[in-house]
Amino acid sequence: MRTVVIEPVFEAWRESARELLSLRVPPSEVLWSDDAREPALFAPANENLPRAVVPNVPASFLDMARSVAAHTDVRRWSVLYRVLWRLTHGDERNLLAISPDPDTRQLQQWCKAIGRDIHKMHAFVRFRLVGKDEITGREQFVAWFEPEYRIVRLAAGFFEKRFAGMDWSILTPHECVHWDGSAIHFTPGVSRSAVPDDDALDELWRTYYRSIFNPVRLKVRAMQAEMPKKYWKNLPEASIISELIAESGGRVDKMLTTESRPAKPAPKNAYLESLRKMNTPQPPSDAPSNEP
Amino acid sequence: MELHQKLEILADAAKYDASCASSGAARKDSRGSKGVGSTGGSGICHSYAPDGRCISLLKVLLTNACLYDCHYCINRRSSNVQRARFTPDEVVQLTLDFYKRNYIEGLFLSSGIIRSADYTMELVVDVARKLREEHHFRGYIHLKTIPEASPSLIELAGRYADRISINIELPTQEGLTKLAPEKNLARTQLAMDHIRNKIDERHADKRKPDAPKPPPFATGQSTQMLVGADDSTDAVILRRADLLYGDYRLRRVYYSGFSPIPEPSLLLPIKPPPLVREHRLYQADWLLRFYGFTVGEITTEASPNLDLHLDPKLAWALRNRAVFPADVNKASRESLLRVPGLGVRNVNRILSARRYTRLRLADLLRLRVPMKKVMPFIIAADHNPARLGLDDEALRARFLPPPRQAELDFEMPMAAPSDIDSVRTGEM
Repeated sequence: MRTVVIEPVFEAWRESARELLSLRVPPSEVLWSDDAREPALFAPANENLPRAVVPNVPASFLDMARSVAAHTDVRRWSVLYRVLWRLTHGDERNLLAISPDPDTRQLQQWCKAIGRDIHKMHAFVRFRLVGKDEITGREQFVAWFEPEYRIVRLAAGFFEKRFAGMDWSILTPHECVHWDGSAIHFTPGVSRSAVPDDDALDELWRTYYRSIFNPVRLKVRAMQAEMPKKYWKNLPEASIISELIAESGGRVDKMLTTESRPAKPAPKNAYLESLRKMNTPQPPSDAPSNEP
Repeated sequence: MELHQKLEILADAAKYDASCASSGAARKDSRGSKGVGSTGGSGICHSYAPDGRCISLLKVLLTNACLYDCHYCINRRSSNVQRARFTPDEVVQLTLDFYKRNYIEGLFLSSGIIRSADYTMELVVDVARKLREEHHFRGYIHLKTIPEASPSLIELAGRYADRISINIELPTQEGLTKLAPEKNLARTQLAMDHIRNKIDERHADKRKPDAPKPPPFATGQSTQMLVGADDSTDAVILRRADLLYGDYRLRRVYYSGFSPIPEPSLLLPIKPPPLVREHRLYQADWLLRFYGFTVGEITTEASPNLDLHLDPKLAWALRNRAVFPADVNKASRESLLRVPGLGVRNVNRILSARRYTRLRLADLLRLRVPMKKVMPFIIAADHNPARLGLDDEALRARFLPPPRQAELDFEMPMAAPSDIDSVRTGEM
């Protein structure tokens, strides 16, 4: 049995896995564990090491592995290595096509959790305007977000594409990402206090949130399934959720007891007149009559 | 009037439109531009209101003043609701400000009809033009169009928008004549046909190798139908939807349960919204689009309305016991899609896995297939439903909710986790 301690990033796992694979070490003989030290950001991969055999695996496996690496489950490295082994030495080239296989299923579920976390980051990051660059004139925004997994790098490309025309930083406890109009770069994680609590627009946004809510269709559980409470503390609109729920019963009662209004006569308007003409079916003048 | 107050009135006026989709746009992004915005791929729900609905777009009316008198609508001319009107610049600025804070991923702009269809349409198009041309905005834009607006204005709307839509509102002309006297079904469908042709044209031009790049045009159109405002049966509603999908290639038909409004009309007394019915219609809609069902299979002459207690696929399966069980190791894709409890994704997983292995119940369990629902309808390597020995009545009873709960469910159904999943993915 051997123990492999790695920096918890995909590249580190790949490096070790290639080595173990070239030594034909079966998965049952490896114990994987995360290096507890803070990962050295940008530590360049040691290119001098002799390249271990690059195993021939489906591209979809590498995509999955990149995603799974961002998860925090301690078993992820060993499951990844076991699947790698089964793909290359177990004569199971088609393993990833077999979703009901426990290992494949486990990888799929981790990928799904990571995908969801990335999606929620794209959805729930809220930028605050902090200033304007005096030279370039570009607006500067900062956001604070707490993802469940280490997904900042996987999620960053989306923000670059969407917000290319402004400067922004997204700060998280693990890692921060910054865009200045020309390049993305990453820095170590920080604490919440580095970001302003609110933005001048938040109140207007809450006005919108309040008005777009239909109290007649209250479905709190459906909301929470998609917007779990753990995200609420960083969402400006969440502060009025309980108030909206509490008011909804009274608002509905009021609607149900409002007296119905009769139709008002149509105003004089040329356009309405033309619609009325179009809407009145006119018997074709020269069509043959249906009368016997 | 202050911006705050306008937003309050004009968002409130827009909330009865169920559409919130922001997916399916052509891929574009802000890299290399001075602006912001990107589209393409699946849509993002940036927030959820306590009504469980997704908020992905700034959904507002340009004005809620309206010449029309549609009795289901809070903004009809007979209503005493407070009126407001945004200037195009106000909407442009709100969209950009909200977008840059990542509150939203685009604008859904609609309007009450003032002066004439063309006059209104010009104002709406002007907002989109300003966003695209003056502010380099590349986010999602959905414009509501008016069937009576001139074709050139609809074309212009399509140039700036990712999606355009016309609400059909009711499935029959009789319903419209009674409740929305200014609207006309034939004209709405004519306008949809025009939009469909523009979308097709643009698609065809793009595929010609040497042709110059065609001007952009929206990638899809959608519509909304009100449920429960008139007495149309589900069969009538679904047949209309099926026709719209087939003849005009709509991306989506939204079903919106008629909801009490603060300014009810004498013609249309208020009642609680038919939420369960609306949910069943969405499930039926999914069966039409992704599961190979026809309207005639989902509703029958004897029962033109969907069963509120059972999802429509299960209801169909119970009426058609003879075609089951389906063998998960052998049955065709089409047959598996008809098994209650099997969604598109799990059918794909089963088809892929069974090329290399024989599937047993434990395999399905690992795929999180709802076993109780599926088991009477399938054969697996270690399972044959004959042993369950259920006759038709016993089987139906097995899937009905307990009688006491059913009453509660009608007014305000509590969404079960599986329902929530089903709403999100459309799988059942």
